[in-house]
Amino acid sequence: MSDQSYVRTEMLSEQPAPLGETGVIKWMRENLFSSLGNSILSLLALALVIFIGAELLPWAIQPSWSSGSLRQCIDDPNITGACWGVIRDRFNQLLFGFYPQEEQWRPILAFFMMLTAVAPVLFDKLPRKMVWFSALYPFIGVWLLWGGTIWGPLMVVAGFIIGYFAHKFLTGVVGELAAMIVALLATIIWWLYGAGPVAEMLSAAMPIGIPAIESSKFGGLMLSITIGVSGIALSLPIGIMLALGRQSDMFIIKVLSVGFIEFIRGVPLITLLFVASVLLNFFLPPGTNFDLILRVIIMVTIFAAAYMAEVIRGGLAALPTGQYEAADALGLDYWQSMRLIIMPQALKISIPGIVGTFIGLFKDTTLVSIIGLLDPVGLIGTIQGSGDWNGIVWELNMFIALMFWVFTFSMSRYSMYLENKLKTTH
Amino acid sequence: MSQTAEKEANSSAMQVSDEVAIEIRNMNKWYGDFHVLKDINLTVNRGERIVVCGPSGSGKSTLIRCINRLEEHQKGDIIVDGTELSSDLKNIDKIRSEVGMCFQHFNLFPHLTILENCTLAPIWVRKTPKKEAEEIAMHFLEKVKIPEQALKYPGQLSGGQQQRVAIARSLCMKPRIMLFDEPTSALDPEMIAEVLDTMIELAEEGMTMICVTHEMGFARKVANRVIFMDAGQIVEQNEPEEFFNNPKSERTQLFLSQILGH
Repeated sequence: MSDQSYVRTEMLSEQPAPLGETGVIKWMRENLFSSLGNSILSLLALALVIFIGAELLPWAIQPSWSSGSLRQCIDDPNITGACWGVIRDRFNQLLFGFYPQEEQWRPILAFFMMLTAVAPVLFDKLPRKMVWFSALYPFIGVWLLWGGTIWGPLMVVAGFIIGYFAHKFLTGVVGELAAMIVALLATIIWWLYGAGPVAEMLSAAMPIGIPAIESSKFGGLMLSITIGVSGIALSLPIGIMLALGRQSDMFIIKVLSVGFIEFIRGVPLITLLFVASVLLNFFLPPGTNFDLILRVIIMVTIFAAAYMAEVIRGGLAALPTGQYEAADALGLDYWQSMRLIIMPQALKISIPGIVGTFIGLFKDTTLVSIIGLLDPVGLIGTIQGSGDWNGIVWELNMFIALMFWVFTFSMSRYSMYLENKLKTTH
Repeated sequence: MSQTAEKEANSSAMQVSDEVAIEIRNMNKWYGDFHVLKDINLTVNRGERIVVCGPSGSGKSTLIRCINRLEEHQKGDIIVDGTELSSDLKNIDKIRSEVGMCFQHFNLFPHLTILENCTLAPIWVRKTPKKEAEEIAMHFLEKVKIPEQALKYPGQLSGGQQQRVAIARSLCMKPRIMLFDEPTSALDPEMIAEVLDTMIELAEEGMTMICVTHEMGFARKVANRVIFMDAGQIVEQNEPEEFFNNPKSERTQLFLSQILGH
């Protein structure tokens, strides 16, 4: 039938969408008032926000910034709520603990250098040469915070350099594996027996250094960041190795990894911290002075690494076997296929879990207050114990919560940015 | 030159040499208790193009996956290019870098661009300089007719394009043997043609190929031997004309009547 035949001669051009389909109105209609139930929930939520704001804001907004003690706040008829004077009064302590005032430029400098060191790792658009600074930062950072002679950290760096050259020269002579072992041994022997005496000799000859600060002086947010950042930086690589170990075909490696993960994950962090603060001293040879903060960092790291391993194992399990097979079929060896094919994809899948573990780790650093370290939460007791601020609770806790939130929220935002950036499908 | 003349000129290049590329002797494989491959004997000469067909579960994929050790055989010998496949990792890596493989589901690396997919193995396994590896990759991407997609990610390409990239990725390693494991089974009919064209071109250049496929047109056109497998054994093998027109075993006749009957 000719009635049914039809040929389009002209293509239609695009028209602007009707007004209700764009902008704020559309957004509100779709997201807040799409149905009767949704509308009721939206209104209830709005009421709740207004109610909380109406209670909280009058309490929080008080002219109490300059008061010098809780008594002053109570006596002042103008102040009917929060007594923020405590934050002003103890701000320095909340940030640095008992770190000497005249040396506080060091943690500040270390903090900003840390941001610089972390930047090229987080953002791949920055020049790759900056990674050299990131690699050196751990030594600079430790030296700035704890101080002492500069030769100590330099000798530790020297250990890495010795290992590198030992490996480089020996690979051709005795083969890859033997060279690796010899290089590792050389480095460890240097650290155990060479580094100490040489550093002493050098510092006697050329005393370059800054005043040493004991670990017991560390405190406040600075302590949380020191433990948190070290734990974060160390737990990811250890977690990756554990996750690979758990998947390994080699029985011993597999059993060790599973045992480590299941044991560490099965005990509370608090017990590990007690082990670090009390028990470890029984096992170490008498007279060894193994720094408490270092012990805590080790415990926090292995705790987070066990969780990390399981998060990454989830990512590994989500990869189709075809990816392993394709990498094998191209002739890549195990480490190449892990580094180039498997890990980039598994880590990408695990980003939310990894960042979740990081955030958990950072907040868990407050548990060190239980073994007597003066992180912000530990300082609450100290501040409350002073005559001026006896009885203050809310203001301190809220301020500390806010400090932690700033860090954890930026981590969460970064993870969203990263997930977006790594998306390769459209 | 007319197209037919060109075809003929090409097929004269499709010579089979006497040199043995792959030799499989009395090979057996078990999955746990299940005997998947039973006493396989197969010799493939350099330049031969072999199509392996058979019902699903007959062990044809397993057979070619044994050749590059994606699956381990328990008895018998497999000798690829003069190197015997044993549990020696060095031999396995050597054979894998000489044997290219294309999979049913392409298995491109989704986190790398097309170009990076193609240059990865040459750079890391062959230690080719990056610049040179990219030139080789572009050469083969042009050959499979998608150089313009080089900077896209696999997820942005159609199935047929992805499979052609997978072929180019294997070719970048300059393999002496290519294995195809049902390369067109996951594709729409329109895309099957473009992948087969690429494979035919490759065959015409004299590549040694073993293809597991149900594309009988392809088998007739380029194969010089068709192997029919059932229940883990080679039931029949012959030249394509003879195989299709005059199958000897009953099992083969039944299989052919089923797949050619429509």
